Amino acid sequence: MYQHISPYIPVFILFVIALAFGTVTLLVAWLVRPNAPYDEKLSPYECGINPLMPGKVNVPIRFFVIILLFLLFDVEAVFMYPWAVMYEKLGWWGFIEMFLFIVILLVGYIYAWAKGALEWE
Amino acid sequence: MVMWIAVTVVKLLIYFAILMLFVAYGTLAERKVAGHIQDRLGPYHCGPHGVLQPLADGLKLFFKEDIVASEADKFLYFLAPALAVVPPLLVLGIIPIGESITIAGKTIPLPIANINVAVLYFLGVTSLSVYAIMLGGWSGNSKYPLLGGLRSAAQFISYELVLGLSIIGVVMLVGSFNLVDIVKYQKDMWLFIKQPVAFVAYMVAAIAELNRAPFDLPEAESELVGGYHTEYSSMKFALFFLGEYANMVVSSAIATALFLGGWYAPCSFLSFIPGPVWFLLKTFALFFFMLWIRWTYPRLRYDQLMGMCWKYLIPITLFNILGTGLVVILKAGGV
Repeated sequence: MYQHISPYIPVFILFVIALAFGTVTLLVAWLVRPNAPYDEKLSPYECGINPLMPGKVNVPIRFFVIILLFLLFDVEAVFMYPWAVMYEKLGWWGFIEMFLFIVILLVGYIYAWAKGALEWE
Repeated sequence: MVMWIAVTVVKLLIYFAILMLFVAYGTLAERKVAGHIQDRLGPYHCGPHGVLQPLADGLKLFFKEDIVASEADKFLYFLAPALAVVPPLLVLGIIPIGESITIAGKTIPLPIANINVAVLYFLGVTSLSVYAIMLGGWSGNSKYPLLGGLRSAAQFISYELVLGLSIIGVVMLVGSFNLVDIVKYQKDMWLFIKQPVAFVAYMVAAIAELNRAPFDLPEAESELVGGYHTEYSSMKFALFFLGEYANMVVSSAIATALFLGGWYAPCSFLSFIPGPVWFLLKTFALFFFMLWIRWTYPRLRYDQLMGMCWKYLIPITLFNILGTGLVVILKAGGV
């Protein structure tokens, strides 16, 4: 029954509800809560002393390397999903293809490891 | 059509209520479990054995003053907690709590949205959680949240890979992304018996993605104060926590569907108990498992955490995929 209606309509309704939930909760809280700010209360947290440096500090370049590695492996994972669904029909050729793909990937992975991209000092 | 929308909305409300109840009592369960593991009683004063504690906490957080740090980016500061609850609520739509139910002669399917790319949808939607954490950390204009948010983002995307790769083994066996199909495949044998490596990798990745101890580096109290929500107070703080607990619940529910046989009873003589009850029981068991882990193990170091993901879990899940492929093909070939 109701096969002709897209199953994504409930997802859309859910999305609206999800966005509304957070926003409405925050608005209700905004209506009922007290508000008595002063300068010391509003200063960024720094263990009780006045903030020493600007809040936006430089971040280590290591994080960027992780993002690059993620991009690489995630694209590969995306390639694997359709392969996994069709796997039983693909048979031996499907296995060999994916085996070669993973071997090529592992070469890159070992290279990244040897270059120290996975180390975290 | 009108009937169909009405049914969908009613289902949505019921699921939403179950999730909120689960989340509210999840916070209580966390404190009770923590208490009993540490030989204390936990919350005890609001109602008998503290059962009204979640209500009291919720009311209190509504009436707390909200402090917006000076120089904070007001819009993003507001947006981050509102976004934090969106991903788990979106995943709620695909959870196959049961197959279908017959009311007044009409068969109503129990999952809200029975979409055929449910696994991809789950992976895509959960990865949006990182935006809330990153924006929350960045918008406060303070150092601790910024570092916490960065760590969290790096940890999250690393373990996202493990999560995705661990599910591939399941998809290969079943041949479908549809969670209902995946559960039906497990009628005779649950998938965690066929895919033990994938199950362990999934659970580790799920706990790490949720930033829970022993992987709670983003909010390591002893070095980063409160992590990405250091600058948050009152209801905004509550929404971050709500999102975290809701995420725990939906991750447990998805793990139940993927590995623990969904709505099927563990033994055939227990199948007189309805499927949704089994589903919720299994979900709660995994939820409890996460609490148990948190209060039993000490926190890892950050380099150990990233090393475990990149040096162990990713190769292991890749070999799991190859191994599964080999077994499936040898079986199909009749060897």
